[in-house]
Amino acid sequence: MSVDILIAILATAITAGTPLLYAALGEILTERAGILNLGVEGMMLVGAVSGFIAALHTSSPWAGVIVAMLAGGAMASIHALLTVTLRANQIVSGLSLTIFGTGLSGYLGKPIVGTPLETSFKVFEIPIISSIPFIGPIMFKQDALVYLSYIIIPLMWFFLYRTKTGLNLRAVGENPAAADSLGINVFRVKYVYVIIGGMLAGIGGAYLSLMYVPTWMENITAGRGWIAVALVIFATWNPAQAILGAYIFGGIDALGFRLQAMDIMIPAYFLKMLPYIFTIIVLIIVTGKNAAKHIGAPQSLGLPYDREER
Amino acid sequence: MTTHNTRSLISLEKKLSPSPVMNILVPVISVFLALLTGAIFLALTGKDPIQVYSAMFYGAFGSKYGLTESVVKAIPLLLAGLGLAVAFRMQLWNIGGEGQIYMGAFGATWVALQLPNQPTWVVLPAMMLAGAAAGGLWAVIPAIPRAYLGVNEIITTLMLNYVAILWVDYLVYGPWKDPAGYNFPITPSFSESAILPTLGDTRIHAGLLIGIILAIIIYLIIFRTKFGYEIRVIGESPGAARYAGMNISRKIIVVMLISGAVCGLAGMAELSGVTHRLQQGFSPGYGYTAIIVAWLTRLNPLGIIIAALLFGGMQVGGFAVQMNGVPAAVVSMLQGGLLFFVLGGEILTRYRVSINSRRGDDKA
Repeated sequence: MSVDILIAILATAITAGTPLLYAALGEILTERAGILNLGVEGMMLVGAVSGFIAALHTSSPWAGVIVAMLAGGAMASIHALLTVTLRANQIVSGLSLTIFGTGLSGYLGKPIVGTPLETSFKVFEIPIISSIPFIGPIMFKQDALVYLSYIIIPLMWFFLYRTKTGLNLRAVGENPAAADSLGINVFRVKYVYVIIGGMLAGIGGAYLSLMYVPTWMENITAGRGWIAVALVIFATWNPAQAILGAYIFGGIDALGFRLQAMDIMIPAYFLKMLPYIFTIIVLIIVTGKNAAKHIGAPQSLGLPYDREER
Repeated sequence: MTTHNTRSLISLEKKLSPSPVMNILVPVISVFLALLTGAIFLALTGKDPIQVYSAMFYGAFGSKYGLTESVVKAIPLLLAGLGLAVAFRMQLWNIGGEGQIYMGAFGATWVALQLPNQPTWVVLPAMMLAGAAAGGLWAVIPAIPRAYLGVNEIITTLMLNYVAILWVDYLVYGPWKDPAGYNFPITPSFSESAILPTLGDTRIHAGLLIGIILAIIIYLIIFRTKFGYEIRVIGESPGAARYAGMNISRKIIVVMLISGAVCGLAGMAELSGVTHRLQQGFSPGYGYTAIIVAWLTRLNPLGIIIAALLFGGMQVGGFAVQMNGVPAAVVSMLQGGLLFFVLGGEILTRYRVSINSRRGDDKA
């Protein structure tokens, strides 16, 4: 394999990994607040369709991203209402969010299936650093949303591990009763991060319809929302580790395409199975290896918080 | 640090036992509220909700054809709903119903293609066995890492859905493609002996009978046997179950095997009863809709029969509204919305809700 091909594959791995990355970062924040949201797939789909429609009408991909963010946040607020205030089962609520989002996106997107987007995000080179050999053409010949993700990750890491607000967030996920007695408004924290999580999932979805594909088709996410949930476990709830995971998964995705193009004798269907099978294998390895020491999952993840039962 | 959390306006007190009236009332009111919300949404997007709903209702229940089609669509939902409910009872989140349906269909097709010239009493039981085995084994793949390593089964079962669908795609586009099929992604038609008998001149097939019998059997297993009792205990309090010396790992595998096998039967019944061949995308997400069907009834196998009929009707109604220019996706929207209301309403069955007249300080 020549270096050029390797560079092309790695650059595509970043592009393919970026929607996963946004969604996984959102889910990390949500789960850090102790709420498991399995509606990522649904929120991404609604983000993808609403972002696409907005970009189509305004001819501005940024307007699309903002609308997708709001749509993802709105979807997530349903989950917050059900699980935080009404103490519904988080797993079932998340699943219904995905089913609802699949239907809603199919409904809204029906009239625009296959419509091309005239003004999508463009790839542009960042001067000077894009000429760094090897790394430059992989990392710095990308689009604005990829660059934005480069900024979000260190910020989020700093926020989680180096700020008081971040510490409060982690406290809520670990031990809400203790956080409550310290004067942290547990319910508000949960609402806020579930909604921010949804916004990031929305951006992840919009990246698919505005940049990666770029068009709207039904179920455009093809399970990426679920892979993002798996990525959170792989990343042990740490945003810095999510990058690695997202790009590896993106690479697997890209490799499938590449092999298909190279006319390898493996039928395309088996190559398309790769990301899903890889997710399962990664989960088994990560969970198995760390099962003894809890792999860092927030202690109260998935449990409803009830002040009266404290 | 001072605490000044205001006491919430609504206070909740846990009930000792769920109220039976609410158990029935909540789903009924939820259906109503979901339809109401859906109507508002339809109106906002420029559709006439009354027209859409009446088209949906008439399409599903307004004619003999609609009615029987609703029952036909209810059969896979009934079978898959039963399969999922068994696992959900034990808090095992088998979200892989869709993939298990596809694998069940694969197993059944394999038998049907292998035994073209055998009598019905050989072929049909063999197809059922192969369908159940394929679906069951597909569910055991995620069950083993779940049982022994604690690997999250929600994601693994779900990932296997995509793998199963791609596997069937491969077969119907590749080795099993019907040479006389005008290039459609379908296998050759099954022989007469591989087809489930139907009721009169309708398309309602014996899968309905299988579903009802299984519903009764599963009901008896869950509520009348030691095995069922243990499943419920593990589901409600895994700590206590472990303390009582139950082998949870082995139960996880057995329950997932049963769950997947019943979902596999759904795939077998759909092929043998309706499509009579394996074809790409033969299931429009039955495995996902079945999650709602199972949950709506609070995992009661007999209730699932009724919920499956309702949802089968919605599925047929979805086809009907397409004629009016409304996307069929409106149905999964309504179904997802319905589940929201059921979940939100559950608080009424579990808690005594009272509204506080004034806000006061709450000591933390």
